[in-house]
Amino acid sequence: MTISSATTAQGSSSDKSLRLAFMLMLAFFAIAPIWIYPIFLMKVMCFALFACAFNLLIGFGGLLSFGHAMFLGTAGYAAAHAAKVWAWNPELAILFGTVCASGLSFVVGSLAIRRQGIYFAMITLALAQMIFFFCLQAPFTGGEDGIQGVPRGLLFGAIDLRDNHRMYVLVLAIFLAGFLFIWRVVHSPFGQILKAIREHEDRATSLGYDTDRFKLLAFVISGALAGTAGATKSLVFQLASLTDVHWSMSGEVVLMTLLGGMGTLFGPVVGAAVIVTMQNYLAQLGAWVTVVQGLIFVLCVLAFRRGIIGELAHALKRPL
Amino acid sequence: MEIFGIPSQALFGQLLIGLINGSFYALLSLGLAVIFGLLNIINFTHGAQYMLGAFVAWLGMTHLGINYWLALLVTPFVVGATGVLIERTMLKQLYKLDHLYGLLLTFGLALIIQGLFRNEFGSSGMPYPVPEAFKGAFNTGFMFLPKYRAWVIVASLVVCLATWYVIERTKLGAYLRAATENPSLVQAFGINVPRMITLTYGFGVGLAALAGVMAAPIYQVNPTMGADLIIVVFAVVVIGGMGSIMGAIVTGFGLGLIEGLTKVFYPEASATVIFVIMTIVLLLKPAGLFGTQK
Amino acid sequence: MKTLNHKLKLGLLAAAIAGIGATSSQAQISDGMVKIGVMNDMSGLYADITGPGSLIAARMAVEDYIKASGSKLKVEVVGADHQNKPDVGSNIARQWFDTDKVDMIADVPTSSVGLAVAKIASDKGKLMVNSGSATADLSGKACNANTIHWAYDTWMLANGTGKAIVKSGGTTWFFLTADYAFGHALERDTEAVVTKNGGKVVGKVRTPFPTQDFSSFLLQAQSSKAKIIGLANAGGDTTNSIKQAAEFGITKGGQNLAGLLVFLPDVHSLGLNIAQGLMLTETFYWDLNDQTRAFSKRFASAHGGKMPSMVQAGVYSSVIHYLKAVDAAKTDDGTKVAAKMKELPTDDPIFGKGSVRADGRKIHPAYLFEVKKPSESKGPYDYYKLVATIPANEAFRPLSESECPLVKK
Repeated sequence: MTISSATTAQGSSSDKSLRLAFMLMLAFFAIAPIWIYPIFLMKVMCFALFACAFNLLIGFGGLLSFGHAMFLGTAGYAAAHAAKVWAWNPELAILFGTVCASGLSFVVGSLAIRRQGIYFAMITLALAQMIFFFCLQAPFTGGEDGIQGVPRGLLFGAIDLRDNHRMYVLVLAIFLAGFLFIWRVVHSPFGQILKAIREHEDRATSLGYDTDRFKLLAFVISGALAGTAGATKSLVFQLASLTDVHWSMSGEVVLMTLLGGMGTLFGPVVGAAVIVTMQNYLAQLGAWVTVVQGLIFVLCVLAFRRGIIGELAHALKRPL
Repeated sequence: MEIFGIPSQALFGQLLIGLINGSFYALLSLGLAVIFGLLNIINFTHGAQYMLGAFVAWLGMTHLGINYWLALLVTPFVVGATGVLIERTMLKQLYKLDHLYGLLLTFGLALIIQGLFRNEFGSSGMPYPVPEAFKGAFNTGFMFLPKYRAWVIVASLVVCLATWYVIERTKLGAYLRAATENPSLVQAFGINVPRMITLTYGFGVGLAALAGVMAAPIYQVNPTMGADLIIVVFAVVVIGGMGSIMGAIVTGFGLGLIEGLTKVFYPEASATVIFVIMTIVLLLKPAGLFGTQK
Repeated sequence: MKTLNHKLKLGLLAAAIAGIGATSSQAQISDGMVKIGVMNDMSGLYADITGPGSLIAARMAVEDYIKASGSKLKVEVVGADHQNKPDVGSNIARQWFDTDKVDMIADVPTSSVGLAVAKIASDKGKLMVNSGSATADLSGKACNANTIHWAYDTWMLANGTGKAIVKSGGTTWFFLTADYAFGHALERDTEAVVTKNGGKVVGKVRTPFPTQDFSSFLLQAQSSKAKIIGLANAGGDTTNSIKQAAEFGITKGGQNLAGLLVFLPDVHSLGLNIAQGLMLTETFYWDLNDQTRAFSKRFASAHGGKMPSMVQAGVYSSVIHYLKAVDAAKTDDGTKVAAKMKELPTDDPIFGKGSVRADGRKIHPAYLFEVKKPSESKGPYDYYKLVATIPANEAFRPLSESECPLVKK
């Protein structure tokens, strides 16, 4: 059994549950900043986008990348550098970050696709570690200090993003756009072929599809969107640091997706929200956060493989 | 005397240190290779089990007065027992699933173990004394080589070669290798395959713990000691070939030496050189230097 | 009617005067409470130098100040672990200032975090009084009106230890530098002192932060044949380098180690056998005078018998002066209190009399110590002998050399 085929069948006609879920999610993120600290919500949205991008690869493509932090972090550094040193506007900085992440994911993907399953995961992990050490040494990243004091700048040259509420609107827009893009990809012919490759690659090849090209394209899309999340995050927090390229960050996104539900559209969002919230509230307990995350991993793998949204979707017999 | 413009003193010194690092790479990748080759599990917990070995030795010393030699003997069994427990209770259930779940489970276990120890002991490291027999250093003329570090190189060579011999040249090893190829057939011959698998996992874990005890006097006993090391070891295993025992040993020592050399000529790259080599090997020989295409 | 009106007017007037009187005697404290956040490394390589001990020091300072001055301020102290990471520290600072009503952040070791928090304090008009970070940039090019730098800094260390060692014959140097803001700053400031006093830097190597195994870096230092191996690192990094240098016979080969930033807890964990003869510069030592002794004994009884480090003592001193300034300025607005802290002279059992300059730098004397031989020590923590006292106006970088934009040239 492939790692993510524990999902319900996605019929294109049962969109109603998906649309309803989307409306709920939109309503939540639109209203929540009234009561909840906007920076916290922006962090949730950035990680949700990161997890959704990761899920595209594992949930729908069946490829477990254990180095996805390299896209988050590299884009974060690129955007931070563009915004601070070149004084670019935020939308250009985020775009630049995304482009850098796409380039990197093209190179990494081309190398990693040569192997499958566990080997693929190990290769992505090792390449991500190489990127980590590069970021540690390269002068422009500031090493342990990171790139600090990144200006949020003026959106389109006009809107001052230093106000948290204005920044929130931008982040919400980016998150929704990324989410909808993934939705579209999953429900497109490309998405169907990707799922076919995940289920049985040889059969897809015998049908005439160049599976390597499809996998690579999925990898690049996933890496690019992870980059968007990273670039946005570095502007929200006005800081790009080594934590974003460290392998523990790669582990966290796997955790978010596993907990939320691999192969579901909304699972990663829920997973990201739960994990970020937990990290925030357990922060005073220091290393207990790591222990709890490990426990969640173990419990999910042993007894809860469908994840929160996966179980919900299974119970409702509707795709989510 | 200068070799390639570097004083020979510096060169040999760094090579020797590289060999010491290589000893740990070899021991750890050996454990990983044994577990993967025979069980098809990526044991991400390996780094945490290495750390457990060092901690059990340290705890034994501070609370029970157990000295280094006793610790070297006892710790692998203690930590290996925890490995057996993990295999029996958790890993067993995952064999029929996609192998990636094993990776995720062992990753989660590593987080739990590391988190618990960080909570209890902080992250700055406990001192572990060098055993009396190995205090002091050999003055080799080009450097002072601490006696203990020389012992590490010798001991790991011995353990690695012994393990290779058992697996590749003895009957027990033959059963293990056969069980990987075709478990049901071997089981039909009356060999208790599940028990062999459990014990093999325990053995691999024990190897990691042994490495941990040997590392304690050099690297300080520290909850995060295995975390970054494990990824380098993964790269070593990928380069050597995932299931190859000899590959793990040769690559481990070899990469330690290469890392040492890089520190002399181009220190900035010393952390990434192993990953660069891995990338090259993957491009040219995806199964690894000594591996066979699976 | 007339009398009622008159009485009404009188009444209103009385109420108004009482009202004004009430507001002028009552300070404009936000949320009615002064909240101090002690942010540092609670579990890593700097935990012994700062950690929970700083939290104890801060709480002692609050108690002592309120008792001594009879102040009516309500003060709360909270703590957090930044794990030596700038992103964790930034998040905590942001959340503390935005939602948790913290008015002042104290301690903050690890210069990369210190720099990040300085910026955030400035952006939000709050205050950071930093005792833990070393980088002299906090009162230099990264200075701002919401950052005060207490206890010590890299310039002081370089000109204390560095100068003394060069003058006593240590003319060639090789640096082992912790690869982050602090290490770079300490290396830079010490290199400047070495070259100014006729010495030469023959090599340097950056070590990952933190590192457990210094063997290959020490070998590089050894092959450089420099007379002095300068350790531009701190805490666990320093103790590990010193211990491993002993293992590799570095000193037997005629080279000496210079611990550029060594704290009392480090000497304690090294033991006098290994640490004897080390030269170091600190601005506080528990056994300096009666006042420091009294404070340290009280601190030790609350902290498991461990004597305070320079940073923990600095937290005590900085919190006292902060509260004094809050009372004097009648507000806890960060920018205003910072200005008041620069206006008022300081006087406390830790550093004696001193002041805070326009660039945010706290001035007090520095002391050059040498670590005693085991035979010279009478007991635990009796480790230092005083070699020289550097007066306050020479101990820190002169204002004329400061790159701080707040300093009017």
